[in-house]
Amino acid sequence: MKSTRLSLSPRAAERVIKVFVWAVALSIMAVLVSIVVFILYKGLPVINAGFLTEIPRRMGREGGIASPIVGTLLVTALAVLLATPFGMGTAFYLAEYTRDGAVTRIIRFSAESLAGIPSIVYGLFGFIFFVMYLNLGWSVLSGGLTLAVMILPTIIRTSEEAVRSVPTIYREVSFSLGGTKWQTIRGAVFPSAVRGIANGIILSIGRSVAETAAVVLTAGSALRMPDGVFAPARTMAVHFYILASEGISMDNAYGTAAVLIILIFLINIAANMLIDRLATKGR
Amino acid sequence: MAVSENKITVKDLDFHYGEKQVLHALNLNIPPNKIFSVIGPANSGITTLLRAINRLSELSPDARARGDILLDGQSVYAPQVDVSELRRKVGMVFDVPAPLPMSIFDNIAYGPRLAKVRNKSVLAETVEGALRAAALWDEVKDRLRAPASSLSGGQQQRLCIARVLALKPEVILLDRPCSGLDPVSTAKIEDSLTELKERLTIVVSPHNIQQAGRVSDRVAFMLSGRLVEEGANAEIFSNPKDQRTSDYITGRFG
Repeated sequence: MKSTRLSLSPRAAERVIKVFVWAVALSIMAVLVSIVVFILYKGLPVINAGFLTEIPRRMGREGGIASPIVGTLLVTALAVLLATPFGMGTAFYLAEYTRDGAVTRIIRFSAESLAGIPSIVYGLFGFIFFVMYLNLGWSVLSGGLTLAVMILPTIIRTSEEAVRSVPTIYREVSFSLGGTKWQTIRGAVFPSAVRGIANGIILSIGRSVAETAAVVLTAGSALRMPDGVFAPARTMAVHFYILASEGISMDNAYGTAAVLIILIFLINIAANMLIDRLATKGR
Repeated sequence: MAVSENKITVKDLDFHYGEKQVLHALNLNIPPNKIFSVIGPANSGITTLLRAINRLSELSPDARARGDILLDGQSVYAPQVDVSELRRKVGMVFDVPAPLPMSIFDNIAYGPRLAKVRNKSVLAETVEGALRAAALWDEVKDRLRAPASSLSGGQQQRLCIARVLALKPEVILLDRPCSGLDPVSTAKIEDSLTELKERLTIVVSPHNIQQAGRVSDRVAFMLSGRLVEEGANAEIFSNPKDQRTSDYITGRFG
């Protein structure tokens, strides 16, 4: 059979495809690496002991970023600690405790819709509900609650996916050995799902650490060191945004960004080590 | 406990999954300390029967049983029956080796731990005893902390048998335990079953007729959810009463 269209032999097509996927993968890597290298190149020279331990002075032109570092850690930790139990609870409910029906469809639809809402809308909601209505003010608590609401859908979806992908046979084995439903979930399902669940949580930590719009409206942008969850706080992302957009100090903005990137790396490494422990111990 | 000659009695058992009837008025008497084989082509309802005995079928929300199954003369469906207790007494080995994603030791200790056995030396003894009974101890005693997934398929299936034995069951149900295993592993499993029947009752769905012939004391032949006939090994294989049994064991269908 003779083809009238321009066509490659299967072998040549194979080679073209191979080169294409390699090129795509490499260019993605290149983009990531060049961003990181650029930020570190600009930012690392700014970083020294004082930068990490001092509070910003003169709006951030001078001094360090100790309070934004603490603010970031507090707001993020609060958000993840609040969202994880609710997210995992919902995921286990959807995957293990209920059959598909109207209720699960509504929950899933809500979660998916929530996942698509821009973060500034969460910020506005947080401002109106937590800051104003509940009168929590601009605070670590308001920021943490807002981010918790924002990352909840991600945690629900990734956790549910992880729980559902646990092979049915694990559950059957556990039940056949006299396990109750809860023992089975804890002993056989959770250890297999923990990696997927943790990936969702890491993703959420990344989003929380990097979030600007939702945080500036709810945690505020105070420069002093937060002394509790009711104190206002500025996160590194907000600090970076203000330094850059108001033209206060590009050097310190890059320094902040570099610390932010290093922090995210450290969180990822620590989280992966924790997951390995949880997954291999198994109970 | 009511005295009964049979370890398990299946009485007029009808079994439905939703609208579909899988077992029809099944009656079986399974004697103690014997290997009882249930043979038949695919979709004969054998897996359903095995899962009805330890009530694992209840995991399917649309499963419905009518009739009764007695263990030592007591209904397993009686309302006062503790399902966890029942499943500890009636262990199950599945048709695919199914180690849980944890170490060899933790796999065996899984059942006892669920039953609140916490004492470390008791657990260690239980694990060793179970692995010995499943003829796996010598192969794994130096790497009990290794992941169970690092074992070969045949070893994994013996691990699953050991895991059941760790609960000191009275009955073991095996659903085509040797499908997909090599002949050497199969022989090892058959040997351990023959030894195990000294102290417990074994109900097995063999993966082929030859295996049924080798290991069984009694054989039941099922077709489309109905019992065709049941008898001693020699009876079924040399002198079947029903033409369909004869056709099946001579390989004319199935």
